[in-house]
Amino acid sequence: MASLKELKNRIGSVKSTQKITKAKQMVAAAKLRRAQAAAEAARPYAERLEGVMSSLASKVSGDGAPKLLAGNGADQHHLLVVVNTDKGLCGGLNSNIVRAAILKARELEADGKKVSFYLVGKKGRAPIKRVFESQIAKHFDTSTVRYPGFEEAANIADDLIALFADNQFDVAHLVYPTFKSALVQDPTVQQLIPVPTPEAAQQTGSIVEYEPGEEEILEELLPRFVKTQLFGALLEIAASEQGASMTAMDNATRNAGDLINRLTIQYNRSRQAAITTELVEIISGAEAL
Amino acid sequence: MALHFELVTPEKLVRSEDVYMVQVPGSEGDFGVLEGHAPFMSTISNGTVSVFSTQGAAPVEIAIEGGFAEVNDKGLTILAERVND
Repeated sequence: MASLKELKNRIGSVKSTQKITKAKQMVAAAKLRRAQAAAEAARPYAERLEGVMSSLASKVSGDGAPKLLAGNGADQHHLLVVVNTDKGLCGGLNSNIVRAAILKARELEADGKKVSFYLVGKKGRAPIKRVFESQIAKHFDTSTVRYPGFEEAANIADDLIALFADNQFDVAHLVYPTFKSALVQDPTVQQLIPVPTPEAAQQTGSIVEYEPGEEEILEELLPRFVKTQLFGALLEIAASEQGASMTAMDNATRNAGDLINRLTIQYNRSRQAAITTELVEIISGAEAL
Repeated sequence: MALHFELVTPEKLVRSEDVYMVQVPGSEGDFGVLEGHAPFMSTISNGTVSVFSTQGAAPVEIAIEGGFAEVNDKGLTILAERVND
């Protein structure tokens, strides 16, 4: 049985932990709102771009299609772009993403493909390195900026496109969480390069004039589309991180509360026991006289 | 008698309003868009978009970087990489 003093210290330390988790929860809740607003604000651009893409991609197909759309003809070397957070304290979010990535990698390897990883964010590094040590192509550090934005997405996209042009890989997949709610963030695997051909849009029937030409526009559009996809992933991870963090910290705060209650009961019981023993000692001492 | 004009960047929808005319710095030369313009799509270079809210009004100038412009029956949409306010 722990002594009274030990119990008291223990309660104090759990209480201060609870304070920290509670603060982190509130911070996450505030940041979540911001991250969600950012994700929503980015939607119009992605939607419009997708619309333009689908109307163009259906026109430019076959031999004339740019490499980013048609691929380089091979399907051997796959690159998994895994987007993780930079900070912890967000429950199972990162391990879920890593699990999805590893699952996908195993699947591809079972098909006889070569797999390598391109990691964004700090938290995915260690667990993926443990399993696929020699297959990590690159880390992209997002921890130097507070809110990874379009610039980071553009840098990643440029990097990937350069690697692709250099034939370092044939197909790239993007692994990131989709923010559903503060409780649910589903890991998603999506093909990034070659850009999957969107379903043909509803043609309005009017003839659209292109300047310079359809192919030139498409050529400019595709890198932009990749950037937008990555930007979307960065926004999703930001929202997911805060959402998961909020939920995890809420749980932690509640657990700490339960622990404090249990320890307080234990403390009171031992205190009472100590008093009873003392009384018994005094009474039996008095009776002996 | 108005052209619906939207300016969108990856971060947000910058402008969505009805205007008289917009001048866009196309990569093959500037062009102006009025209401009822034929469907048209062009890449744009870095430059200034001039928005005329009414005929003869002084233009509001917005500096943009890269992207493209699309004109369809709903109006003009500019997807710019960045807007310098």
